[in-house]
Amino acid sequence: MLAVDDVDTDQIIPARFLTTTSRDGLGQHLFHDWRYLADGRENPEFVLNSPAARGCKVLVAGRNFGCGSSREHAPWALLDYGIKAVISTEFADIFRSNSLKNGLLPILVQPDVHQQLLRDPGETIRVDLTTSTVTLADGSSVTFPIDAFARYCLIEGIDQLGFLQNHLADIGNFEETRPWKP
Amino acid sequence: MSNGSPKTLLDKVWSDHVVAAETPDTPALLYVDLHLIHEVTTPQAFTVLRQRGLRVRRPDLTLGTLDHSTPTTPVASFRDLAVAGDNAARQVRTMQDNCREFAIELFGFGSEHRGIVHVIGPELGATQPGKTIVCGDSHTSTHGAFGALAFGIGTTEVGHVLATQCLLQRRPKTLAIDIDGRLARGVTAKDAILATIGQIGVDGGTGHVIEYRGTAITAMSMDERMTVCNMSIEAGARAGMIAPDDTTFAYLEHRPRAPKGAAWAASVQRWRNLQSDPGAVFDRSVAVQGDQLSPMVTFGTNPGMVVAVDAEVPEGAGKPGFRKALDYMQLNPGQPMSEVDVDVVFIGSCTNSRLSDLQQAANLLRGRKIADGVTMLVVPGSQQVKKQAEAIGLDEIFRAAGAQWRESGCSMCLGMNNDTVPRGKLSVSTSNRNFEGRQGIGARTVLASPLTAAASAIAGKIADPRRYL
Repeated sequence: MLAVDDVDTDQIIPARFLTTTSRDGLGQHLFHDWRYLADGRENPEFVLNSPAARGCKVLVAGRNFGCGSSREHAPWALLDYGIKAVISTEFADIFRSNSLKNGLLPILVQPDVHQQLLRDPGETIRVDLTTSTVTLADGSSVTFPIDAFARYCLIEGIDQLGFLQNHLADIGNFEETRPWKP
Repeated sequence: MSNGSPKTLLDKVWSDHVVAAETPDTPALLYVDLHLIHEVTTPQAFTVLRQRGLRVRRPDLTLGTLDHSTPTTPVASFRDLAVAGDNAARQVRTMQDNCREFAIELFGFGSEHRGIVHVIGPELGATQPGKTIVCGDSHTSTHGAFGALAFGIGTTEVGHVLATQCLLQRRPKTLAIDIDGRLARGVTAKDAILATIGQIGVDGGTGHVIEYRGTAITAMSMDERMTVCNMSIEAGARAGMIAPDDTTFAYLEHRPRAPKGAAWAASVQRWRNLQSDPGAVFDRSVAVQGDQLSPMVTFGTNPGMVVAVDAEVPEGAGKPGFRKALDYMQLNPGQPMSEVDVDVVFIGSCTNSRLSDLQQAANLLRGRKIADGVTMLVVPGSQQVKKQAEAIGLDEIFRAAGAQWRESGCSMCLGMNNDTVPRGKLSVSTSNRNFEGRQGIGARTVLASPLTAAASAIAGKIADPRRYL
């Protein structure tokens, strides 16, 4: 539950942690400068440090979540921490694209549903990707928009690089026949 | 392709690169003409290639540089250079190894063409109208200034491009932003884009590619157009574009990677068609009154929180996050920006580190001193910019004023290389992001033009550059 708008990827994972050459272990730095005080202790004011938020798998966030840098370290850090889905009324384009490629679900909901979720922190909700629905604690459910191809890849475990490689003949043909060459 | 309904610039560049068409079930396969890579967002992509035994499909369409985690402290030779921190050093070595193993040209230490990835692409003439250009870096939007479709991608997509030279993409919507009127003296491209982001908001361009048009845009130099397109992502748009014209062609002609001879003439002929047709339909459009603009500065913690330099911190009642931002910035509603004390001034970054940016700042600083207690860093965007600046004595002007003159790199824009703003200190910066902690833990950032940054360095407070012109 992070009811702040315009959370940028510098907050999700500050740049000084980007010197890694691996995808692993970034969860310890997730929201680092909000999560920890200057002396390194946990900031008790920050939501992820509250007892109720420990172990939660869904983050409800304000609009325009993930704006700023293209760093894929942002979804890597969220996933490594244990977050499986982020719910917001708006996502930044690159963050949404990066998330879907890593199995972190960006779930877009209407403001009224968002408000309802914000009222009930810690409630258990159910996300069903096959029907693109979120079932709230009160039993009501809403569908969320998700790119058909991204959903297919996530459900079927399709690897997008493999999908692209199946088109290598088309790519070769494009390179041969285009009217100008870069 | 020339028939049918009027097309936007995006339509033309997009359709020219579709390998397989978009369907409701699948995105388009979009061909990439130029892939720029740097040390921070590529190691994990090369790991995937290695795991799968894949080669880089078009190393000839791939260019590498070292910019983000590299030091900017002046050195006699980069041979003995110590990159700050073991991790950063390992990342730089990994990039060098990857480029060697996969036969990618790397402008590494010692190369006279090394620099910030978005400065060297245009400088080399590798950035050209009508190309698709990607990089694992959100400020790839910069290259749209040439009428290219250029956008930032994640590391997974970097791997896709390395292996296949293609991306899976859905066609974005279009947003026309017309900036008309002559910019007043002391008002720069940076002020125009800051004002635009203030007008449409930091998510005003989400889901869209922006095309900037209007008399203020066509009057701009390429350096200025790059500043505008660079910050498209700060309005949420992955790409910003400007139709190429004679200004574009004059910039590119004779650049090392630009077409030569008959190929040049043929290219210019093709590029002249890269305009939105009369009557082309955009999904949205916005008008900005260029002649009404003042020098702009940010007061909050995102680039949409902007105000004229001679105005006060706005009241902002009811705006979410507003109080939180002002608390972080240690500013109060109604406080004149001109009363805000400045600790650090940074001139650099892919937004404002080109020769003309440095010239503007130097012209204002010539014969003047920066205020006591102010630390000022001037970091040229590339080794070429550095050389050109030194050839006309700009380094001497900066040093005489009390500023530090550095090697090229991203530097204090994001503080990955230990060029950071100390906790609680206020920085006036020509970069692109005033996010919390962007320039260092607890650092407070005010975004501004090179003119405003230079004026603020002299005054020791946020200052209106028009007082010094």
